[in-house]
Amino acid sequence: MAMELMPISNGVAVSRKKVPHLSFRDFADQTIQMVSDGGKVVQFFAYPDEGGKVRLMTVLRKSGDLFAAGCDAPDVYPALSAEATCFHLFEREIAEQYGIRPDGHPWLKMVRYHANYRGVTDVFGNDYAEDIPGRYPYYTVSGEGVHEVAVGPVHAGVIEPGHFRFNCIGERVLNLEIQLGYQHRGIEPLLTTVDPKRLSAITENIAGDTTIGHSLCHAQAMEALMGLVPDDGAQTLRTLSLELERLANHVGDLGAISGDVAFLPPANYCGRMRGDFLNMTLLICGNRFGKGLVRAGGVRFSLTEDLRHELAGRLGELKPQVRHVLSLLMNTPSVRARLEDCGRVSFEDADNLGLVGPAGRACGHPYDVRRVFPTAGYTRLDIPEYSESTGDVWARVSVRCQEVLQSIGIVESLLETAVDTTPVHTLPKIGIAADSLVVTLNEAWRGEASHCILTDSAGRLLRYKIKDPSFHNWHGLSMALRNTGISDFPLNNKSHNLSYCGFDV
Amino acid sequence: MLSILKNRFEQGYRTSGYPKTPVCLPARYRGRPELNMDAPVDVIHACADVCPQEAIDPVAKTLDMGRCMFCGDCERIADGRFVRFTQNYEIAVAKKTDLVTKGTLPDLARHAKQHFKKYFGRSLQLRQVSAGGCNACEADLNVLSTPFFDLARFGINFVASPRHADGMVVTGPVSRNMKTALLQTYEAIPEPKVVIAAGCCALSGGPFQGSPEITEGLDRLLPVDLFIPGCPPHPMTHLHALLSFFK
Ligand code: SF4
Ligand code: SF4
Repeated sequence: MAMELMPISNGVAVSRKKVPHLSFRDFADQTIQMVSDGGKVVQFFAYPDEGGKVRLMTVLRKSGDLFAAGCDAPDVYPALSAEATCFHLFEREIAEQYGIRPDGHPWLKMVRYHANYRGVTDVFGNDYAEDIPGRYPYYTVSGEGVHEVAVGPVHAGVIEPGHFRFNCIGERVLNLEIQLGYQHRGIEPLLTTVDPKRLSAITENIAGDTTIGHSLCHAQAMEALMGLVPDDGAQTLRTLSLELERLANHVGDLGAISGDVAFLPPANYCGRMRGDFLNMTLLICGNRFGKGLVRAGGVRFSLTEDLRHELAGRLGELKPQVRHVLSLLMNTPSVRARLEDCGRVSFEDADNLGLVGPAGRACGHPYDVRRVFPTAGYTRLDIPEYSESTGDVWARVSVRCQEVLQSIGIVESLLETAVDTTPVHTLPKIGIAADSLVVTLNEAWRGEASHCILTDSAGRLLRYKIKDPSFHNWHGLSMALRNTGISDFPLNNKSHNLSYCGFDV
Repeated sequence: MLSILKNRFEQGYRTSGYPKTPVCLPARYRGRPELNMDAPVDVIHACADVCPQEAIDPVAKTLDMGRCMFCGDCERIADGRFVRFTQNYEIAVAKKTDLVTKGTLPDLARHAKQHFKKYFGRSLQLRQVSAGGCNACEADLNVLSTPFFDLARFGINFVASPRHADGMVVTGPVSRNMKTALLQTYEAIPEPKVVIAAGCCALSGGPFQGSPEITEGLDRLLPVDLFIPGCPPHPMTHLHALLSFFK
């Protein structure tokens, strides 16, 4: 079978006319073929083309290359998930958003609980006047000693809402079913209808802890469509802030994990040091999460020499503290004993599900967008190939500790020389390329984040597709809980720390 | 053990002296806006036009902090000739109409409902409900429990059950899918209870305004006692709001 998918590049717009439009059968065969050869799904979604036809579009990655292809969407089609697990959630999303039924899908269940965009019959038979997601038969297990634990949507802490259903036998979890959708804000359809001046304000709030990751995906997509090129200083500042975002989140989570094993000193120190990283971002752009920093065309703030020295000084002070606290955490035998062999996800499961980021790297999959599809300042950096093999909480914690040290190194090196950038302001009033497709990928702290924009013949946004890394990884958390004690849920949850709002969009 | 002690020594004492000693935020932080009533009309209109949130009313010459994301676009487009952001983080208000400002805000401590001070002044237990935002608001509420802010030293805590709570802090634009859970949480809190809306999402729908999946302001569903602007509000804004309103 000749390969008919078209190679594309991260952040480079192509004419939609050039993207192969296959018959559904060829589309399915080609996609499944590439996945069985080790390819992974970056994007797979439906969209309404001009003239009202619904189409499918897929973007796959395989050993350092990206590929795209499309086809007309049948109303009912044989599910790709029947052949390869990685399509599972994408097909459910397509069914929910456009009312297209994948026949033979192993577990056809809604994703975020909303009416489809076409106003056609609901695939799941839901009545959306009922505003509680989760009105469907949960997976059940029965037998002696079997019981269920239901948690959420409102959780005990100050955290996002979601529903967790544990099927247990005694203390042991047989299955964890995760039902999200409570944070659904309808962002994708909103983006294609709003005044363009709102675009960056909306996309930087897809997931607040990944503000920079998503802002970069958005800005790079707009730049590709508008022919804008950020200057070198802007690229440096983008890279620097993406690493600060990674640092704040990893350090915060490592502290929380320490708290969950009742080892309180690192828990408190990490909580405080996380704040110090957020405050470095505050210093750069006036917001602790980097909101208002990245805009199409560059960044909105310069890095003055005073600021650069201040940041370097703060980092110099923090670095030994971080090192010492992390080594205290990792070298305490009772901590290690709790984390090792807890919540193991196998290499094969991670592969089938397509886990990304630290969750994937903990299971032996070294994929890192910064190395494989580098943008911004990463083209000039050497990101080593790295992974752990055990797939347990310990591996996820180890990966994240490693990344903390690596990110500190990156930020340090970026702060060594003066950063010269001309800040950009509002979106320039220039046209957006018509009839185009652009896909952007960035290694956010949870892994591969990706935005995809399709434009129509008048240069308007036809479809805006967002994929947070959590979209791949929530199933990893379910797998980690299999055969694990229910009391180990917090450790597994925190070592993944997935995004509800990023998933729910 | 030695390593624990060494780390303890290196980390030092970190809790802020606020409110006795002031905390200063960096120059680029955008807090309470100041508006220049003498700005030329075309400048004011340019600021209103650039605003992604329709937060500026060019005729009344006001800025709605409930809609504002503190992005700073209006300040930079006109070099601060109409709107200028100060580093003052004390921006919470007790009345929704006070969010629409020309730059001055009423003193929160004096506008707070006095019976709340009596009931909750010494101990305040809050249930937080996250309802559809981006999670940054929750993150910056959570840090109030870290050593620097140490909210518990004021007798204020976040609790796990609404039954144990005196009130509720809501973040996010109340997505359609969270509405029932939010209202049920509210019902479960015993009277008298207080409702706090934190972040521009909970104040106005924030950046998600216009989506049919969200509510444009928590006050459309429940009576709100305290409005905390920001995207997200800085932890110091929260701290100031809680201390002024309840202490
Ligand atoms: S700072 Fe507020 S008022 Fe000014 S442009 Fe941004 S959202 Fe609008
Ligand atoms: S107000 Fe801003 S920070 Fe808070 S939840 Fe909404 S978008 Fe996020």
